[in-house]
Amino acid sequence: MTTVGATDLSEGMSLDLNLPVGTKAEADSGPAAMETLYLNVFYGGFRAIKDADLSFADKQITALIGPSGCGKSTLLRTLNRMNDLVPGARVEGEVRFQGQNIFDSAVDPVELRRRVGMVFQKPNPFPKSIYQNVAWGARINGFKENLDDLVEHSLVQAALWDEVKDKLDESGYSLSGGQQQRLCIARAIAVKPEIILMDEPTSALDPVATLRIEELIQDLKVNYTIIIVTHNMQQAARASDHTVFINMDSNRAGYVVESGATGTLFTKPVRQETEDYITGRFG
Amino acid sequence: MTSEARPAVLTLRKRKRPGEAVIKALLFVAAALSILTTVGIVFELGNEALLFFRSQEASLAEFLSSTHWQPAILDFGIWPLVLATMTTSVTAMIVALPVGLATAIYLSEYATPRIRGIIKPILEILAGIPTVVYGYFALTFMTPLLRSFLGVGVVEIFNTASAGIVVGILIIPLVSSMSEDALHAVPMSLREASYGLGATKLETSLRVVLPAALSGITAAFVVSISRAIGETMVVAIAAGAGPKNFTFGEDSLFGYILNPFVAGETMTGHIVRISGGDLSYNSIDYNSIFAIGLALFVITLSLNILSRRFVARFREVYE
Repeated sequence: MTTVGATDLSEGMSLDLNLPVGTKAEADSGPAAMETLYLNVFYGGFRAIKDADLSFADKQITALIGPSGCGKSTLLRTLNRMNDLVPGARVEGEVRFQGQNIFDSAVDPVELRRRVGMVFQKPNPFPKSIYQNVAWGARINGFKENLDDLVEHSLVQAALWDEVKDKLDESGYSLSGGQQQRLCIARAIAVKPEIILMDEPTSALDPVATLRIEELIQDLKVNYTIIIVTHNMQQAARASDHTVFINMDSNRAGYVVESGATGTLFTKPVRQETEDYITGRFG
Repeated sequence: MTSEARPAVLTLRKRKRPGEAVIKALLFVAAALSILTTVGIVFELGNEALLFFRSQEASLAEFLSSTHWQPAILDFGIWPLVLATMTTSVTAMIVALPVGLATAIYLSEYATPRIRGIIKPILEILAGIPTVVYGYFALTFMTPLLRSFLGVGVVEIFNTASAGIVVGILIIPLVSSMSEDALHAVPMSLREASYGLGATKLETSLRVVLPAALSGITAAFVVSISRAIGETMVVAIAAGAGPKNFTFGEDSLFGYILNPFVAGETMTGHIVRISGGDLSYNSIDYNSIFAIGLALFVITLSLNILSRRFVARFREVYE
């Protein structure tokens, strides 16, 4: 067992060479909304993500799949610098968003997070009214136009308006789990991000609520680029355009095994590892 | 199989667990003890206060309306004592609330674990200093300080402002540690939701975490204000040793009656001074201190009830 340090370039390089041609997003995926270049994420001395080279297609849904603990949530949280909040977290490499490296010292993480929104694993509405939940993000970002319109529009887009339009003053917690998650999606939409990151958004929901969120995600991709982490392979197969399979090496560092169009990855995976995982032989 | 089923039925028979019953009884006694103590205190206070109000020399109407407390000439109006108590308590809260709350927000939201590890023990030391030390700190440090800033003519040697400020310093650890607990209990997921929407640390702390912790913070305020009202040693030493009697119309409202820089005796300060002297049992003076005690009790109780109402109305319930 050798510990993987930041200077241990040789292992990373050799692994990169092992990746088959075509692991980058498919040619037909159009322009990329976000790219990662040799992205490494560390927690103290532990490397959680190793040399991730990925491209996330604009206005498409990309699913990140992989076994528990492989670092897919870490990768997601790096994309809007949410990991800055974790003490000891450190990044090497680049994440390019709109032609800029988001780790550049000139980039403001607060502004970045406004444009790269996030929906979390467990619904986490604020302990405020439904209206205030949706309006909150826009308010702190100095939204000057009609708040009522924004709240309605966001709730409509999140397919929640009809269920809550008569009780906007009630607490966000008065809603069911699935409704709360749609409220969180409405809240994320209300600040008008370009990309929405979703960290296992349906893992705390029942199958019916899960299906509704999946349908909603399909509707949202007209306007937003969506990157979704899921531990549910059926969900990735059903609800995404592209899939990235992440696995971990012997040091528990996550690396990208394969990425491509969801249909291709699930039916004709290039790597044996991917096939083993999606057919349920491990993971 | 059947031979195994038979003992299984036997083991289902109810077993006696005398230990459980003993523990339960002991725990009940412990809980009942504090309730009984409270009942006893209220009874004793009420009983002695009743003797006071029933006596020839005093009446409830005079107690609640007169602005003179001069037991020597049988004037028993509570207002000079209440006003002095209010002055010291309000001054204390003006000092303790902002500083204590800011400390709590800093410790809970901003400080690194290392800095937290340095500040928290210092606050605990502050909380552990005997109040008599604070009393002399008020008299020999805070009062000269105020006098050097505001002028010897403005600030009397014994004054309620100096005592109030020091009581405020004394309760900062109480405000900050209780508030910090409340802030700390707000789930991380709410902070993440806020940051995920592009909120800054300040916006997250003040507009998400603080409102969510409001009920705990209000509880901290109530405990602190009760502590400020009940604080005795500091005010007995530094605030003054005689009721600040006044007459509306004759005395200037802001120059004297509500002026924190003149001497005044608080309710607790008066109780401790009178009972420190040779007070004969069942005299009107003796009974009067129970009437003051009862008034103190009513004030803190009302504050408690009011704040509960407030919390129930404004708190944001998170799951």
